[in-house]
Amino acid sequence: MQEEDMVPANEFCIHHNIELSFIHALQDYGMIETVRVEEKIFLPLSQLGRLERIVRLHFELDINLEGIETITHLLERMEVMQENIARLKNRLKAYEE
Amino acid sequence: MEFIDYYKILEIDKNAGADDIKKAYRKLARKFHPDLNPTDKEAHKKFQQINEANEVLSDPEKRKKYDQYGKDWQHAEHFEKQQQQRPRQEHYRAEDFSGQGDFSSFFESMFGGGQGQRRTKFRGQDFNAELHLQLTDTLTTHQQTLAVNGKNIRITIPAGIENGQVIKLKGYGAPGVNGGPSGDLYITFAISDHPKFKRVGNDLFTTAAIDLYTAVLGGDVVVETLSGKVKMKVNPETQPGTRVRLKGKGVPVYKQEGKSGDLYITYEVTLPTNLTEKQKDLFTELSKLK
Repeated sequence: MQEEDMVPANEFCIHHNIELSFIHALQDYGMIETVRVEEKIFLPLSQLGRLERIVRLHFELDINLEGIETITHLLERMEVMQENIARLKNRLKAYEE
Repeated sequence: MEFIDYYKILEIDKNAGADDIKKAYRKLARKFHPDLNPTDKEAHKKFQQINEANEVLSDPEKRKKYDQYGKDWQHAEHFEKQQQQRPRQEHYRAEDFSGQGDFSSFFESMFGGGQGQRRTKFRGQDFNAELHLQLTDTLTTHQQTLAVNGKNIRITIPAGIENGQVIKLKGYGAPGVNGGPSGDLYITFAISDHPKFKRVGNDLFTTAAIDLYTAVLGGDVVVETLSGKVKMKVNPETQPGTRVRLKGKGVPVYKQEGKSGDLYITYEVTLPTNLTEKQKDLFTELSKLK
């Protein structure tokens, strides 16, 4: 992975006003993946959206990591289901007319 | 501008203590937080309301003012002037869970928009937009300019997009508060029905009329597809309702370049009308040959 595809974890923490230990905890918990380059920790850009949501859920709603993991899993399932519903609605519409 | 009952919004009693307010706010915030309801506009609205209610009721001074004036909140300006003559106190709470979204005009009239008291960064509000497309617009990947909250945004619409599909544009929502990140823009695609073609997944369905003679004896028919006209062979003795497939003439498969669905054509056989005497005689003769 190129460095331009990643954000230094400490910059992310400064921007969001959080401790670096939070990122370590998420990594230990298997909720995010980080990349270590010469003692520096980087976050892949593809994970930023997910990570920002975790930060909001934890710091705005006081949800612990177990809760966030469950929520994330359910939200992902909900997203797939919503896509399926939209697809099925389109199919149904074609047969209803 | 209507009076807003913040107690009702937080579902608490007027005598509720600070802990009850905090508990009620957290309970509702967890229920209506935009991250937990990404496509629910009503939940976003409700979240803004509970944030506003919490902003007022969790701050003793604001709550006092709100309680004192209640439905006569229009007199709050006079109250405010009196308050300004007293020494100011800092009422910022360390735990501020509010943010995300504007305050109502009611709030701004009474509290002046709650400016300058927050230090926590908050992510901006997510925006939702609907983009209407024709079925023909889904055939190719193209760019379109959208006006969202006065800003022109150029987006790429991938071929094969489906009706009701939502795409997220990161950072195109409302700006964050106190340097927080911007929200996201969710675009829902609404694809209008086509008068001749029905879409099921990536396949298209249409009908083509052929006359009795072509159906019986076979021949050629020109069929319309979404991308132009195609000449097709009709087999002899083709029955009404016969369905044929034109491979690759459906809708492109979303984000899979070079792949497309098929076009299914159902033949409708039109019977001749206003028959001449000679035609009638010939049909009679034919019927006797059964």
